[in-house]
Amino acid sequence: MSDDRFYYDFIVAGFGGQGVLIIGNLLAYAAMKEGKCVTYLPVYGVEMRGGTANCTVVISSRQIGSPVVGRPHAALVMNLPSLIKYGPLILPDGLLFVNSSLIEPKEACRKDIENFFIPVNEIAIDHGNPKLANMIALGAFNQKTKLVQMTSLFESLEKVLDERYHHLIPSNIEAIEIGAEFARKNISPPAR
Amino acid sequence: MELVFKRPECLIDIPFHFCPGCHHGIAHRLVAEAIDYFRIREKTIGVASVGCSVFMYDYFNIDVLEAPHGRASAVASGVKRARKDRIVFTYQGDGDLAAIGIAESIHTANRGEKITIIFANNGIYGMTGGQMAPTTLLGQKTSTSPYGRDFTYDGYPIRMAEMLATLEGSAFVARVAVNNPANLMKAKRAIRKAFQMQIEEIGFSFVEVLLACPTNWGMTALEANKRVGEEMIPYFPLGILKERKMADSL
Amino acid sequence: MEPHSEKILVKGNEAIAMAAIDSGCLLYFGYPITPQNDIPEYLSKHLPPLGGEFIQAESEIASINLLLGASATGARAMTSSSSPGISLMQEGISYLAGSELPGLIVNISRSGPGLGGISPSQGDYFQATRGGGHGDYRTIVLAPSSIQEMYDLTCLAFDLADKYRNPAVILGDALIGQMKEPLVRRSGAKINLPPKEWALTGADGRKPNRLKSLYLEEGELSEQNWKLHQKYERMKKEEVRFESVCTEDAKLVLVAFGSMARVSKTSVELAREEGLKVGLFRPITLFPFPEKPLYDLSKRVTRFLTLELNTGQMLEDVKLSVARDAQVYFYGRPPGSLPSPEEVLEEIKKYYQ
Repeated sequence: MSDDRFYYDFIVAGFGGQGVLIIGNLLAYAAMKEGKCVTYLPVYGVEMRGGTANCTVVISSRQIGSPVVGRPHAALVMNLPSLIKYGPLILPDGLLFVNSSLIEPKEACRKDIENFFIPVNEIAIDHGNPKLANMIALGAFNQKTKLVQMTSLFESLEKVLDERYHHLIPSNIEAIEIGAEFARKNISPPAR
Repeated sequence: MELVFKRPECLIDIPFHFCPGCHHGIAHRLVAEAIDYFRIREKTIGVASVGCSVFMYDYFNIDVLEAPHGRASAVASGVKRARKDRIVFTYQGDGDLAAIGIAESIHTANRGEKITIIFANNGIYGMTGGQMAPTTLLGQKTSTSPYGRDFTYDGYPIRMAEMLATLEGSAFVARVAVNNPANLMKAKRAIRKAFQMQIEEIGFSFVEVLLACPTNWGMTALEANKRVGEEMIPYFPLGILKERKMADSL
Repeated sequence: MEPHSEKILVKGNEAIAMAAIDSGCLLYFGYPITPQNDIPEYLSKHLPPLGGEFIQAESEIASINLLLGASATGARAMTSSSSPGISLMQEGISYLAGSELPGLIVNISRSGPGLGGISPSQGDYFQATRGGGHGDYRTIVLAPSSIQEMYDLTCLAFDLADKYRNPAVILGDALIGQMKEPLVRRSGAKINLPPKEWALTGADGRKPNRLKSLYLEEGELSEQNWKLHQKYERMKKEEVRFESVCTEDAKLVLVAFGSMARVSKTSVELAREEGLKVGLFRPITLFPFPEKPLYDLSKRVTRFLTLELNTGQMLEDVKLSVARDAQVYFYGRPPGSLPSPEEVLEEIKKYYQ
């Protein structure tokens, strides 16, 4: 991460309401706090709960041109339609990060990329709060990619979350840590 | 000798350009008298519309802004929102207020903008040369309704005062005429009241004034004046349609 | 430390709204349209506590006229919309120019013609730079290409509008309206602005002020048109802004603005990595267009590649600006998607010699 020529981009996608935009936002905010150039581009227009939602994040050591990415280094997909749409676009040797609570592992069939599976909904339910599945995904994704320091993510929560939700920051931090812990233990790709 | 009738202070001492027998001059005077009455000339901003009324800035000795056709009420709302301590009014004709600008008229009233609208309704487009207006009466011949206004083609004359009175946002709505001394005195009181509603911050005030347009009606001044009473008033009844006693508040 | 010197991550639309507040604009009038709704949403929340006014108008026609009225009092006021809504405002913008009133109009443009779509487009270049409404007038047009510039140029637009008593337009697009990037709410260089003696505040202790655009006396309107023209000529002399990247030794110079310039800048880097001497010329003011700097550049560089998210609009200004023997090529990308820096690099290679 300390390279003076660092560049990484990824797409986070899922149903509206799964909190995918928050994932992208937090990673972008944290990277900005660490002095990186960042862009974050959400879908806009026909957003609704249950519709598709995605965002593209670019993190770079240098000024970023296009915030639009045709072939990302990674895709974090929270549902099957997102895997079908973005899975094929990932660069060779890139990372497909799959919510295996909602996606059968057999759907991720590319052999030229790393396929990482994590049942974020089950983990969230096991820990008593199904709404925090996105934070578990975030923690695991950041553990896998090492994009930012975990503390930067924690500090970004109060900037990204609306003030109404600030009382939930401790439980969000906990969920991020649970996700990270899962990724540490499952560091080798299970279905490569 | 005692001077009993003089030019209102806020009218400039130049002749009106209006045609002989036209009622615009009378309506202008009534507005000017109301401004003088409340001694608000120095804090009043007028918004001129497009039509014969556009030359308001030549006659009124006050700050005046010219609005695009139909948009005077939106422009006046913008003035008022920026300067709530000023008195803001528009003077608009029927084409301006009831045709091209009807959306702005309705929404300005509905928002309860604390402005005053003087609506000059003579049932015809004056400045452009006598075309049909939204308030042209059925059967009335104009240069674009040469066979007389026919509801099957042109719809019906719109009663703006009644329409705006139905809106929760309007505070004072009246229709007046200036075709005889009795009506003139009522018109004077209604216009004064309209400004008072704004001064007291009660809400949106609207006075429709029925005016004669002898030139475009193809009549003499006397015939046109007579027509106001015989044809216009029966369709556009006079009176105060709505008068709130206080502003809405939470 | 200024209160806002912290770096924040915000959408381009939000940056504009913040810039408005920081520029003392407390009056906003608008009508919802994608992709600029973050602007009215932000201001509807933040203006009332500051004593400002927010009106969701019944249409863009009402919005621009509310702006006209507010601006006539000398207050700073703005509206924002996207392409179809901006078309509806053209009448009012013409009146603002004709009455010599300032005011900010933000166009987070989408694609047309007609209802078009909500994807990024630069199809409103002509409309923005040629006046847009009826009559012989221009608006000041600023084209940001980053979120920081969305903020900085909005602040500048308010100052220029006041300085010249002329409407100013921010021409953005869906891409930089929606994307987030770091922003510092910094205050820019202050321009000394003349007092607004023309403002309508009530004729108290002075002669009445009139703001109008109707001139019927013989010769009056002609005189007014020449007066406006002189103002636009002065803008051309004093207000031209542009960015020049790697043009010193360039053999091919890309010309692009707004979001297309972002992509082009990355392509210039890619080209340089391959040893191709390519540069970028980015107009920041679309009106006044940087004619002279581009002409001067064309005395050294003879090949230009204009890139736009349309089928060729700024292209005309580039052709009019460069020296006669310069070659101007074009790469157009009508609405749908943004080209990748690699695609642009392929285009560069076609024209590089």
